[in-house]
Amino acid sequence: MEQVNQGVRENVYPQAAQALYRTLSQVAISAVTPLAAVIVALACGAALLWLNGFNGSDVVTVMIFGSFQDMRSVGEILLKATPLILIGAGLCVAFRCKIWNIGAEGQLYVGAIAATFVGTSIDGLSVWVHAPLVMLAGAIAGAAWAGIAGYLKVRFQASEIVTTIMLNYIAIILTSYLVTGPMKDASAAYPQSARLVREAWTPRIVSDMRLHVGILVAVVLAVALYIFLQRSSRGFALRVVGQNPHAARYAGMNVGRNIMIAICISGAMAGLAGAFEVAGVTHRLYQNISPGYGFEGIAVALLAGNNPLAAILSGGLFATLRSGSEVLQITSQVPQVLVLVIQGIVILSVVAFAKLRDIIRIVA
Amino acid sequence: MSQKPFLRIDNIRKRFGPIVASDGVSLEIQEGEIHSLLGENGAGKSVLMSMICGMVRPDEGEIIYKGQSVRFNSPREAIRQHIGMVHQHFMLVPNLTVAENYILGQGSALRVINDMDEVHAKIRELSDRYALDVRPDALIEDLSVGEQQRVEILKTLFHGIDLLILDEPTAVLTPQETDRLLALMRDLVKDGKTVVFISHKLDEVMRVSDRISVMRDGRVVNTVNVADTDARGLARMMVGRDVGMELARNPANPGPLVLSVENLTCRSETGLPAVRGVSLHVRAGEIVGIAGVSGNGQTELSLALSGLLPVDGGRVVLNGKDITGLDPVRINASGFSHIPEDRHKHGIVMSMSLSENTVLQRYDQPPFAARGMLNRRMISEHTRDLIKRFRIKSRDEDQRIGDLSGGNQQKLVVARELARNPDFILVNQLARGIDIGAMEFVMEEMLKQRDSGRAILLISTELEELFAICDRILVMFHGEILGELPPDRTRLDELGLLMAGKTEQPALAG
Ligand SMILES: Nc1ncnc2c1ncn2[C@@H]1O[C@H](COP(=O)(O)OP(=O)(O)OP(=O)(O)O)[C@@H](O)[C@H]1O
Ligand SMILES: [Mg+2]
Repeated sequence: MEQVNQGVRENVYPQAAQALYRTLSQVAISAVTPLAAVIVALACGAALLWLNGFNGSDVVTVMIFGSFQDMRSVGEILLKATPLILIGAGLCVAFRCKIWNIGAEGQLYVGAIAATFVGTSIDGLSVWVHAPLVMLAGAIAGAAWAGIAGYLKVRFQASEIVTTIMLNYIAIILTSYLVTGPMKDASAAYPQSARLVREAWTPRIVSDMRLHVGILVAVVLAVALYIFLQRSSRGFALRVVGQNPHAARYAGMNVGRNIMIAICISGAMAGLAGAFEVAGVTHRLYQNISPGYGFEGIAVALLAGNNPLAAILSGGLFATLRSGSEVLQITSQVPQVLVLVIQGIVILSVVAFAKLRDIIRIVA
Repeated sequence: MSQKPFLRIDNIRKRFGPIVASDGVSLEIQEGEIHSLLGENGAGKSVLMSMICGMVRPDEGEIIYKGQSVRFNSPREAIRQHIGMVHQHFMLVPNLTVAENYILGQGSALRVINDMDEVHAKIRELSDRYALDVRPDALIEDLSVGEQQRVEILKTLFHGIDLLILDEPTAVLTPQETDRLLALMRDLVKDGKTVVFISHKLDEVMRVSDRISVMRDGRVVNTVNVADTDARGLARMMVGRDVGMELARNPANPGPLVLSVENLTCRSETGLPAVRGVSLHVRAGEIVGIAGVSGNGQTELSLALSGLLPVDGGRVVLNGKDITGLDPVRINASGFSHIPEDRHKHGIVMSMSLSENTVLQRYDQPPFAARGMLNRRMISEHTRDLIKRFRIKSRDEDQRIGDLSGGNQQKLVVARELARNPDFILVNQLARGIDIGAMEFVMEEMLKQRDSGRAILLISTELEELFAICDRILVMFHGEILGELPPDRTRLDELGLLMAGKTEQPALAG
């Protein structure tokens, strides 16, 4: 051993302590930078509000803690966290494979459409069958929608950034068409679909709250995706393809297939999020079923450093900020644009700090 | 030595976590000399030079440059003091032109655009003066490795240098290109510049240096004048024992045919014909070499054999199975191992750990995987075993491979490919960056593989490498095999002629 590792001072720390030190410092670096990003962003936000004549620190306090009033409001936060965690964790997988799927929003919409179809056109199943079937339909539709962009990339080298954005427009417009046309509830004045049959609804956790089991599914899937990426053979191949496609090919990995798998996983997660919005929250399909969860999911994944496990936390954080800003809009004079600006600052600083984290890793 | 040193390094220390890369290193460089730096893989040569040029900051110690204590916080500050370095891995942006690469990160963007003509003119002038053959408007990605190297060197000249540091510049060069580089170094010294040269090739070092320093375990253990030493002495200083220049080997005992290539043709990535009807056969228990000046289709031949480049015509049969044009998955599965020419492109994933790189091909096969999940314990154990057997200097198996020294990265690739228990091993440049001690070990390993009945095809631009272990040497020129010779040093002239494309014997050769 000594002869092998000349130049390594093994007696400075015992082996185990070294490993512990390394793990701890890595955890510290990974955890501290996103936290710092959020704090810096909120401080900037407070300063911005102050310049606009508001009491910045109060407003920011409301934004963070305003929504933690009672169990019900916590439930509302978790309700918003559900799609963010699902989408964020899914995008972690795509981003690790260096696939820039910007189309989670569109994948969410087609997931919602498929869920609505399965939830309205079938009747008489038990809730044990129908509710999961709706989720499955959403996931498959989302995966297929993302798969289009994946196929175009693999087959024609079309940039997935462009194709997924285009597919977003198509999915959103398709939804508008369906709820004003073929799927429209004939008895309703507004463009909306028929109500899903009861058995298709995603079961609630507590009967008098809107929160549904989707949050549990989201957490479980995020953990599963983490294990998939870090511990499974397929996850390993996805990471190699992302890091060095030449080496992947040399090693005998099918680059195209791995790209398809990664993008379809992220699409399935977004589609599932769409299914939960319909089956768990609104119970009908509407024109604007998502307030931009698909885009916010990108920030969730970035803040999580493309780690699905961390996406649970960052999804929760973004949901909190979102709820807080709703409270703000109701209780204060702060214009909504300013709230959006603050959210934007959070995302920007997350990206900046992620870069910084890489630099720290290199130096340390 | 009453003369004040041009550059003095005084008791510098640098650690990366538990790894001590520089352990109180001291070194003096005189003005106007070519000073070579030798040392085993991981001895700390690259790290030391990175500290001089501002890439890495020392933990302790002092750098005294032109009589002043300096502390550079970035390569830019070092460049301003006229210190230039060409790194072991090139640092050029592939999709920019030469001129664009030079002005990258220099001054204000607006001013630069105005001066672009001037930049081009200056590049042309320097290129002419030192016969570097660099065109300012060439795209980096279109250039060969040798050309990129000259671009890197000219870049330092462009920014102005008094001190030029070259980190293993010859590892990727052909012998002809190396000669050119050594001549350039002498020209630079004539112009009053100082050069630090890192290499594992003792003959080059002996040919070009004024003084030589040997590093070991993060320290300089000796500095000698070139007149006072020889290759043997240097080797002993480096490794601490005599390195046999001649390997003991048994005569080959060729068995059944393992690889047969018939009339293979393929084009390069740019679409030009590169391999034109190559036929060759490798039997179990023999090492067949392919000699040739680089750029004669060797790269494409190895890529085509391993399934990374489409085959236009001909047949490749491995163990009786036609593997022509199959994808690498199936070629790998047929008992095919490949030590690639460009380890950073194909061989390793820089950002992943040693363990992960060890199972690059076998990540989904037992015993490293079961039911779709990685068996991390087995992977770690196997990697630890390779680290030990091949003396790969590393913290542990979880270290990022990109943090290893260049030679140690190569050792892992060699170790991995041999450990896969192949029937056939394709090697394109075995020695790239490996020190002489490790080189001896790796060559002995190859011979052991041969004696245990593997078939080996060794493509190399280094004749020494070929003579040392090959049983037959084929010569490749312009995409064709021109002839075959035994590994007999007395027939060096003949080999040289073939490599230059001359098939007929001169009339008077008699
Ligand atoms: N960024 C880094 N992080 C951790 N360890 C490092 C880093 N850079 C270098 N090292 C370690 O420092 C030691 C010295 O490395 P260095 O690259 O200087 O070796 P070298 O003498 O240039 O070897 P070679 O001949 O193989 O290029 C090695 O053990 C290497 O693993
Ligand atoms: Mg080095």
